[in-house]
Amino acid sequence: MVNLTIDGIKTSVPDGSTILQAAQKIGIHIPTLCAHPDRIVKSNCRICVCEVEGSRLLQTACSQPVFEGMVVKTRSPKVIEARQIILELILSNHPQDCLNCIRNVNCELQHLAKEYCIRENPFKLKTKGLPKDYSTPAIFRDPNKCVLCRRCVETCTVIQGVGALGLENRGYHTMIVPSMGKNLGDSPCVMCGQCIHACPVGAIGEVEYIDELMEAIADPNTIVVTQIAPAVRVAIGEEVGMKTGEMPMNKLITALRQIGFDYVLHTNFTADLTIMEEGHELLQRLTTGGILPMFTSCSPGWINFCETYYPDLLDNLSTCKSPQQMFGALLKTYWADKMNIDAKKIFSVSIMPCTAKKYEAFRPEMNASGYQDVDIVLTTRELGRLLRLCEIDFDKVEPSEFDPWMGDYTGAAVIFGASGGVMEAALRTVYEVVMQEELKDVNFTATRGFQGIKEAEVDLNGTVVKVAIANGLSNARKLMDQVRAGESPYHFIEIMACPGGCIGGGGQPITRSNIKREERIASIYIEDEQCAIRKSHENPEIKMVYEEFLHEPLGHKSHELLHTHYHAKNKRLI
Amino acid sequence: MAEEMRVVLRNYGKINPLKIEDYLSVGGYEALKKARTMTKKAVIEEVIQSKLRGRGGAGFNTGQKWAFAHETQDDQKYVICNADEGEPGTYKDRMLMENDPHAIFEGMAICGYAIGANKGYVYCRGEYPHLITILKTAIYQAKQRCILEDFDIEVRTGAGAFVCGEETALLESIEGHRGEPRIRPPFPTQKGLWQKPTVVNNVETLANIPVIIDKGAAHFAAIGAPTYPGTKILTLSGDVNNRTFFEVPTNTTIREVIFEFGDGILGDRKFKAVQIGGASGAFIAANDLDTQISFDAMSAINSTLGSGAVYVLDETRDIIDVTTRIARFFEHESCGKCAPCREGTARLHELMWKLNSGRGSAKDIALLKKLGRVMSITCLCGLGQAAPTAILTTIERFSDDYEAKLM
Ligand SMILES: Cc1cc2nc3c(=O)[nH]c(=O)nc-3n(C[C@H](O)[C@H](O)[C@H](O)COP(=O)(O)O)c2cc1C
Ligand code: SF4
Ligand code: SF4
Ligand code: SF4
Ligand code: SF4
Ligand code: FES
Repeated sequence: MVNLTIDGIKTSVPDGSTILQAAQKIGIHIPTLCAHPDRIVKSNCRICVCEVEGSRLLQTACSQPVFEGMVVKTRSPKVIEARQIILELILSNHPQDCLNCIRNVNCELQHLAKEYCIRENPFKLKTKGLPKDYSTPAIFRDPNKCVLCRRCVETCTVIQGVGALGLENRGYHTMIVPSMGKNLGDSPCVMCGQCIHACPVGAIGEVEYIDELMEAIADPNTIVVTQIAPAVRVAIGEEVGMKTGEMPMNKLITALRQIGFDYVLHTNFTADLTIMEEGHELLQRLTTGGILPMFTSCSPGWINFCETYYPDLLDNLSTCKSPQQMFGALLKTYWADKMNIDAKKIFSVSIMPCTAKKYEAFRPEMNASGYQDVDIVLTTRELGRLLRLCEIDFDKVEPSEFDPWMGDYTGAAVIFGASGGVMEAALRTVYEVVMQEELKDVNFTATRGFQGIKEAEVDLNGTVVKVAIANGLSNARKLMDQVRAGESPYHFIEIMACPGGCIGGGGQPITRSNIKREERIASIYIEDEQCAIRKSHENPEIKMVYEEFLHEPLGHKSHELLHTHYHAKNKRLI
Repeated sequence: MAEEMRVVLRNYGKINPLKIEDYLSVGGYEALKKARTMTKKAVIEEVIQSKLRGRGGAGFNTGQKWAFAHETQDDQKYVICNADEGEPGTYKDRMLMENDPHAIFEGMAICGYAIGANKGYVYCRGEYPHLITILKTAIYQAKQRCILEDFDIEVRTGAGAFVCGEETALLESIEGHRGEPRIRPPFPTQKGLWQKPTVVNNVETLANIPVIIDKGAAHFAAIGAPTYPGTKILTLSGDVNNRTFFEVPTNTTIREVIFEFGDGILGDRKFKAVQIGGASGAFIAANDLDTQISFDAMSAINSTLGSGAVYVLDETRDIIDVTTRIARFFEHESCGKCAPCREGTARLHELMWKLNSGRGSAKDIALLKKLGRVMSITCLCGLGQAAPTAILTTIERFSDDYEAKLM
């Protein structure tokens, strides 16, 4: 332990701690901008400077290790002056655009400007005047708002292993740019949206589709139907002042109707369906000498990644569409028929924790129903905006139920939202299909948790099935390289592009640390426990859709509507 | 009359740099042989006792730096000779490399022996292509004779950016990354090149080493100013009669430098100011001319010796204009990593430009002072910290010139 004094308060902290950590311990707040709790120290914004006795220079609290007898001042006039000037410098090269900004009231820079009482900036406003990048249907960039903290670059390179963002030019002209092209659309970006969480400001965000939704709602001839994904419920409370996991599903359903959706359905229904199809596909591959390991295919960021970086392994991908797209395809066929609604009139909206799903909905393959299966995709954050826009007061909202035919779900579908969930759900079903006996304990705990790579084994009638789970694409890379080298011991691999799985998706409420992701994971498993039915194949509506429409997993209709194939992306990759 | 004293330039003009025999004939590589008979600790102790301090600008005790690298346990360590020489008006390292490359290698090899490094790099300024040939030839000759034994030296060409002379940016550059400074700690002596303990020393620093080992610490420590002993090569430019280079003991005064070695101001004009240490240096007025050039004496008048460039201005010069150009230099050279320098250098230049074109106000001067004060204590590396030096010192020491240009 090291003894030091901060603002006159004595404390002792473990050797190797930074001033920032020591100050946090005794409740002293030091402002930061480039620092991020889960990322390496960058020390480039210099906002966190403090006085350290004996040093002419101010030291950055985020990087400076403590030493025995250290005396630190975190709020002396000298320190405040320095922070104000640095902030004024940054703000003088920043559009004064808060009122129109996607991060208004949720922006680290704006917050600092408020804390440090920035009024009349002595420096003349001089912004970069660069064009915004709207080259993808999922992610936009506004380089003018970038404060060059580099958190996105690290996230994209180190956490996601994609490397779509890099630095260009030097000095005052330094910029973050998409690699291999002028626009993000030309880069290997997989649209996972993790850079959005990393960004302290509004320099990266999701492309919004709220106007399109409102137009559809306003049109009396359009029937607006929504599906909502399992990871949305656990996080949406954070957008409207509730705790993680606190939002009750049945109140949310009413709220969605109040916003103007004509029908409210649940993606969980097709999550259960995915398990039926994917589980049987796995069994088929296992028994007929098919290509193994099989990879899950419900994370479109992961699909983009595989198509870009591992085109040689596309045959390992399950041919199952993601739950969103299975849903879309059934909505305008099966559901429309059952409801006696003209599919042409349906405007299919999905509410997702994911930015890559915005892109997925627009893929040319995704019109098995004869129409675009999913018309628009909103993220959890956009749902938050809608709830605020419509002034929904949850204290007053009465609970209600999902509309029929595609709203029932099981605990197996709920856990799709967490890394390992698809695997666990699949094992629950595959076990019973193969063993023809009831699975006593449905909890496969080895597949749970936030770790980047997990593995497990199940004995199915003497055949040991080995499975692995990765979340975050740099972890996926490790498993993929093994497969490519022919050294993978696994039969089935689940991959989620985002750290923690969909609960940490690029469309979720801005997530400043992994602690939040772990809270959401915990809340997913609580919901699973509360479900009366926890195995996909026991979902009554799933049984019905097979009886009445699909007939059997991997059958003819399934192939037409629920399965797809993948294409190598022709990006100029090194 | 002050006199030149050639310690570092001991072989200047006396030997053919492309003939190792010449260097050997004047006692070259004898110090290396001698060092190898001593214990590593004894070599480091000798350098510490000599009180040699870095000639690259920061003035850190060289032996102490070696001791840190020596103490860090690792299977691989490195010695780097910083020959990036980017300060405008400085060419002393070039002179040394052109004329006596083996003296530098000998210093590196002694350092390598002392800290336990078997690999050295010379990071040579990209604008000096002819030097690369000289250095490579000299290395080849030394290798052929097995003089360096297991110590290997490689030449790396600089990336052409001033900031790459900053030791951690230099490391990044050798590793093939963007030339940007690293956060310290860890210091290079703990985690340097490829995260291995590394000593980075300036060319001139290293050229002093053989003399210290050869003649002993006491001999060296007795030269010049006691707390910054030895000599310093100065390169004189601007409005002096004798624009040249020379090597003087560190207790020489600025007045002697300008009026004796420099032979006074050009024409019949009067002295106005001198900037010492390149673009990063302070402007010094007539009242401080009797200051010794040693590190501490310069610090006492809020100035630096830096690289030893001496730039003299006569009474006819527009000091605001000169300072504006310096501000532009820093805006151009900022690497862009840290906010106060990236944005601040641009603002310093903007405000200086405004003042220089007669459109500035007292408010702009006040803002420059505040911004400069903050940059000098918050920027990540020495470049940003020194960027406002010329502005702050001219505002302080030549306030009339600023007044005269106000709107
Ligand atoms: C912007 C900047 C440029 C520098 N350029 C050089 C250079 O060209 N040569 C040099 O020896 N040191 C340069 N330095 C100093 C080095 O960082 C380092 O202190 C020096 O190489 C250490 O060697 P020494 O202890 O022998 O002086 C520079 C420092 C800064 C901040
Ligand atoms: S990024 Fe932040 S500071 Fe900038 S305009 Fe948006 S809300 Fe305001
Ligand atoms: S969306 Fe994902 S892949 Fe694209 S730039 Fe951001 S982090 Fe990288
Ligand atoms: S885009 Fe955002 S995260 Fe990336 S460097 Fe700019 S401000 Fe930081
Ligand atoms: S002070 Fe300037 S040169 Fe140094 S790291 Fe910061 S931006 Fe780069
Ligand atoms: S938060 Fe410490 S330098 Fe940015």
